[in-house]
Amino acid sequence: MKNRTLLTVGFALLPIIASVAITALLIVAVGSNPGDVFVAVTEGAFRDSRAFAGVINFWIPLALCSLGLIVTFTAGLWNIGVEGQMMIGAVFAAYGALFIDLPGPVLILVEILLAMLGGGLWAALVGFLKTRLAVHEIFGGVALNALANVWAIYLISGPWAPPSGGTAQATAPFKDTAVLPAISPEFPVSLIALLLVTATLVIVSFALSGTRWGLQLKATGKNSRSALLLGVPTTRSAMSALIVCGMVAGIAGSYRVLFTYESLRPLVSGGIGFLALLVVLLVGLRPLFAVIVGFAFAVILAGSTRLKVALQLDQSLAGVLQGFIVLLVLLSNGLRQRFTSDSTSSETPNTTTTVEIQRTQEHG
Amino acid sequence: MKIELRHIHKRFGTVHANNDISMTVDAGKIVAVLGENGAGKSTLMKILSGYQPADSGEIVLDAQLASYHTPQGAIAAGIGMLQQDPLDIPAFTVLENFVYGQKTGFLYSPRKWRERLKSISARLGFELDPDQPIANLSIGQRQQLEIVRLLSMGVRTLILDEPTTGISAEQKLILFEALRELARNDGMSVLLVSHKLEDVIALCDSVVVLRGGRLVGTLQLPATMDQLVRLMFGQELAPPAHECLVNPKTAIALDNVTLRGKRVTVQNFSMKIRACEVIGLAGLEESGQELILRACVGLVKPTHGHIALGETNLTGKSYREFLAAGVAFGAAGRLEEGLIAGLTLTEHIALATENQSLVDWTRAKMLTDQKLKQYNVRGRPESMIEQLSGGNQQRLLMALMPEQPVLMALEQPTRGLDVDSSHWIWQQLLERRERGTAILFSSPDLDELVTYSDRIFVAYAGHIVEISDARQTNIDELGRLIGGHFEKASGS
Amino acid sequence: MDESLINILNSVVANATPLVIAGIGETITERAGVTNLSLDGSLALAAMIGFVAALTTGSVALGLIAAMIAGAVVALIVALAGIELRQDQVAVGFVLTLLTADLAQFLGQDYTRIPGPTLPYVPIPVLKDIPVVGEIFFNHEPLVYFSYFLIFVTWYVLFHTRTGLSLRAIGERPAAAFARGTNVNRQRYLYTLIGGALVGLAGAAYSLAVKPGWSTPPVMRGDGWIALAIVIFGGWHPFRVVLGAYLFAGLRSLSSAIQRSPDIQIPLVLLNGLPWLLMIITLVLVSSGAIERLLQIMPRPLQKAMRGVLRSDPPAALGTRFDEG
Repeated sequence: MKNRTLLTVGFALLPIIASVAITALLIVAVGSNPGDVFVAVTEGAFRDSRAFAGVINFWIPLALCSLGLIVTFTAGLWNIGVEGQMMIGAVFAAYGALFIDLPGPVLILVEILLAMLGGGLWAALVGFLKTRLAVHEIFGGVALNALANVWAIYLISGPWAPPSGGTAQATAPFKDTAVLPAISPEFPVSLIALLLVTATLVIVSFALSGTRWGLQLKATGKNSRSALLLGVPTTRSAMSALIVCGMVAGIAGSYRVLFTYESLRPLVSGGIGFLALLVVLLVGLRPLFAVIVGFAFAVILAGSTRLKVALQLDQSLAGVLQGFIVLLVLLSNGLRQRFTSDSTSSETPNTTTTVEIQRTQEHG
Repeated sequence: MKIELRHIHKRFGTVHANNDISMTVDAGKIVAVLGENGAGKSTLMKILSGYQPADSGEIVLDAQLASYHTPQGAIAAGIGMLQQDPLDIPAFTVLENFVYGQKTGFLYSPRKWRERLKSISARLGFELDPDQPIANLSIGQRQQLEIVRLLSMGVRTLILDEPTTGISAEQKLILFEALRELARNDGMSVLLVSHKLEDVIALCDSVVVLRGGRLVGTLQLPATMDQLVRLMFGQELAPPAHECLVNPKTAIALDNVTLRGKRVTVQNFSMKIRACEVIGLAGLEESGQELILRACVGLVKPTHGHIALGETNLTGKSYREFLAAGVAFGAAGRLEEGLIAGLTLTEHIALATENQSLVDWTRAKMLTDQKLKQYNVRGRPESMIEQLSGGNQQRLLMALMPEQPVLMALEQPTRGLDVDSSHWIWQQLLERRERGTAILFSSPDLDELVTYSDRIFVAYAGHIVEISDARQTNIDELGRLIGGHFEKASGS
Repeated sequence: MDESLINILNSVVANATPLVIAGIGETITERAGVTNLSLDGSLALAAMIGFVAALTTGSVALGLIAAMIAGAVVALIVALAGIELRQDQVAVGFVLTLLTADLAQFLGQDYTRIPGPTLPYVPIPVLKDIPVVGEIFFNHEPLVYFSYFLIFVTWYVLFHTRTGLSLRAIGERPAAAFARGTNVNRQRYLYTLIGGALVGLAGAAYSLAVKPGWSTPPVMRGDGWIALAIVIFGGWHPFRVVLGAYLFAGLRSLSSAIQRSPDIQIPLVLLNGLPWLLMIITLVLVSSGAIERLLQIMPRPLQKAMRGVLRSDPPAALGTRFDEG
C-alpha cells in the first residue's frame, strides 16, 4: 500500500521535475543562467502588487477558457477554435466600446453580452461545420481562428483604424466608460471579471454534475451512437457545448480588450485559448483543478514577460516549460498505467473516438 | 495432416476456459467441435491456430512436436483458421488480399498471382473476381477468398469458426463440397466449430463436445440430431412456452415503403404488425431485413411510402420522435449501440428515465437498485457498464427500455448469450407481449426465429416474402428461403 | 506563353514543395494508422534547426540532415506516446504542436533575420530546355526534384509492392496484418519516423530554399495545419495530396498577383484569409462526399481506374491502438 502511494507521488512529481530540468538545460544552451531566469520570472510575477495583478490578468481569461473547454471536452469535442472565439468576442466587445453610447455600467453589460454573442456565433460555425458538413472540429477550428484574426486585423487597419493613421497596431483607445474599472491603481484587476470567473466556475461545475444537460453531454462524448439510441439529442448536445464554450471564451476575449489593452489589437487572444487546452489536458474534466492549475500557468506566463527586459531572453520560454510539463505528464500517465496496469484512472479527456453526430442519424 | 492435442490448459483470470483437453484428428477427416457459448471451443481453436498461447500442453502435428506463437507460425506449420468474420482488409482488392502475407519479393507479379488465385478457386468451384474491392464481397465470398489464400500458403489443416452463419444456402453447398474434396484428395483435416447441428450431420465424420472448458464426449457420425443434442446439453432444455395472442389493434404499419441501404434496396414493401404479435425477420447480412427493422424505429427514412405507429403518422420523423411515440429499439452491438462505456449503471438509468433538467441522483440511485433487482443484473449501481458480462449488459439494456412500449424492435436480441440468458430475455419479451407490446426481432438463428415468431418475413437481396404462420414452417424451409429459393415458399 | 505567367507557375511549384514533402510524409504516417498532429510546430522547429545547422557548419546538406532528425524525433515522441504508452495521439500531437513552435522560437532567438546558406539552383540539362514545361518544372533547387521523386516512389511503393500492402494493412486492419505475420507496432514506428523525417525536410525546404532564413514569428506558421488538411483533401493518396499542395500554393501566388495588380482593390489582409477559406471549402467537399460522387458520373472503365484516387475514406484504424493476441 505504501509502495503504491510512493509510486503515485513519484509519477506525479517526476514529470514536473524533469520538465524543469530540461528547461534549465535549454536555458544553459542559449547561454543564460537558470538561476537568473528563476529570479527574473519570480520578480516578473511577484515583485509588487502591480506585477501580481499581471498574473491575475492572464489568469482570468485562462480560467474562463479552461472552464469552457471542460464543457466541450465533456461532449468529446476538441474545441481548438477557442482562440478564434476569444478574438471574435473581443471584436464584438470592441464594437460596443467604440460605437455604442450608453451610461457606463449598462455599456459594460452590453459589451459583455455582445462578446458572448460573438464567441457563441463563432463556435456555432465550428459546430455547424462539424454536425452538418462533417468537417472535423480541429480543422474547422484552426481555419476559423485564422479567419477571426484576419477579420480583426482588417477592422483595425481599415474601418476601425484610429484617425491618426492605420498601422494595423490597434484601434483608438476606448473611452473611459467603456472599459472595466480596476480595483485600485496599485492593484489593477477587474472585480467584475473576478466575479464572472467565480460564477462560471460554479455554473459549469453544477451544470456538468447535476443537470440532465451535463449527463447528456457526457453520454455524447463517451459514445455518441449509443447516446443517440438512448434518446439523447446528440447533435444539439454537441452544438450547445460548443456554443457555451464559445460564449465563455467570448467573455475571456472581451476581458483582453476591455481591460488588458483597452483597445482592439491583432492576435488579441495571445495564445491563451491554446494554453487553456493544455491546462485541461493536464487536469482532465475537473473545473476546480483547472482554475488552480491555470493560476500556476498564469504565474509562468506573466513572470516570463520580464525575461526580455532583464535577460534579453525570448518569453517563449514560458511555453516551452508549460509544453514540457503537459507532454511529460501525459507520457508519465502512460508509464504509470503500464507499471500499475491501472487503466481506469486515466485523467486526460477521452477524445480518441471522434463524434460523428450527423452521420449517425442519417445512416443505419 | 494428423493433429494431436495433449493436455491443453488455458485460464482467463478465474475462468478455466480449456481444462486438460486432449484429442486427435486424423488426416483427411472432418471433425465438428460442438458446445454452448463459453464452452471453450473458440479458445481451443485460437490456441491451435496460433492466435493465443496455451498455458500448458502440447500440440503434435504428424508426430512432430509443434511450437509456434503466431498465426503466421501456425500457417507455416500447416494450420490455418478461417475466422467467423474473415480477417481480411476491406480496403484491398481480392488480389491484394490474396497476395498479402504470402511469400513474395519486394515486388510481386500481379499476373502470376492472378493465375494462382484463379486456378485454386476454379478447383473448388469458387468465383472470385481478382479486381473487386473486398468491401463489395459477401461474407461467403470473403470466406472463399480466405480458404483459397490459406491453401495457397500450403495449409494442410483448416479450422472453420461458424462458417455457415451469414452465407447463402447455395454458398454453403459449394463450401461443403470444397471441404469434402480437400479432405478426400489432399488429406486435409478440417475442424468445424458450429452450433448448427444439421450442418454437422451433413458434413462431418465425427464430433467432439466441449462443456465448461472440458472435453465431455466424442461421437462417430452418422448419428441422429437427438443423440447430438443429448451429448451437448446433458438434457434437453425446453424453451419458454409460446402461443399466439390475438389483438386486432395495429401496432405499426409500413405502407408501400421504399428503403435504400448501402448494398440493397427494399422496394414497395408493406407490413402491418398487430399488438401482441411477435414478428421475426430472417435473412443474411445486408439482405434488407436490417433496413426494415430500423425503418420501424425511424433510423432509416423511407424514400417513398408511409409509416404509422397506431394512429400516428411518423413518416419522415426522427428517431427521437419515434421513441416518444412509443417504440423501443435494441441494436445488435450492445457496447457500440446502446450502452456507453465509461458511464455507471446509475448514469445509464438516469439518462433513460430523467426528464427534469436537474438530475435527482438520490432518486436515480434508488431506481437503479430497484431495476437491477427486477432485471436480475449482477452489478452495483456505481459500476461502469463495461465491467458487466454480456448477459448482464443485455439485461440492463432491457431495463433501460420503457416498460410497455407499443413496439419493441430488437436486432439479434440474444447475440452472444448462453442458453440461460437467452431464455431469460425471451421470458421478458413474451411477458411484455402479453401486456400488448408488439415485438419485431431479427436473428441469424433459425431456431430462434421458428420458436418465437408468429409470422416471419424473409429477406433476400431486398426481396421480402412472408411466412404467415411460423408454426407451419421448419428450419429447412427457412434456410432455403434465406438463400433465395423463393419459389417454394409456402406463405407468399 | 506569357513570360510572367510562366514565372508565376514556376514559383507555384517552388512554393508548393514544402507542402508536398510534408503532405506525403504525413500521408505515409497516417496510412500506417498513426496521426502526427504536430506538423504546425515541428515544421518550424525543423526549419530553425536546419537553418542553424547549415549556418554554423556551412553545409546545406548537414542542415537538411539535422532538420530531418528533428522531425523524426518529434514523430518518435508521438509514436512512443501513442503506441507504447497508450495515450491519445491527438492530445500528444497538439501539445507537441505548441511545444515545438515555442522551442523553435526560444532556441532560434539569436538567429533571426540573418543571412545564411541556401540550396543552389540546379536547372536540369536538356529537360529545362523543353518550352514552358522546362521553365516551370526543371529550373529549381534540388528539393523540388526530390519532391517529384518522392511522389512517384510513394505511390509506387504504396500500391505496387509487398511493403505497400503491409503499410496499408496496418492502418486499415491491424488485426489482419498481425495474422499475416506483420509486426504491426514496429512498422508503425518505422513509418511514423519516416513521415516525421519528411516533415523535417519540408521544414528545411522553407528555411534553406523557399523563404531562406529564420524569423519570429516563423514564415511557415499555419502551413502545418494546411498540410494536415491537404492529406484529408488528398484522400490519403499521394497524387491527390500533391494536387492539394499545388492548389494552395497556386492560390497564394494568385493573391500576391492580385496585390500587385492596380485594377483590383481588395485589402491585403483579407487576401490572407483565402487559404483558410479554401481549407474549409476543400474539407467540406471531401467530407460531404462530393468528390466520391464524381465517380458515379464517370464512364465505367474510368471509374475503375479512378476508384483508388477518388476514394476519401481515412485509413480505418487511424489513431487507434493495436495490442497483439
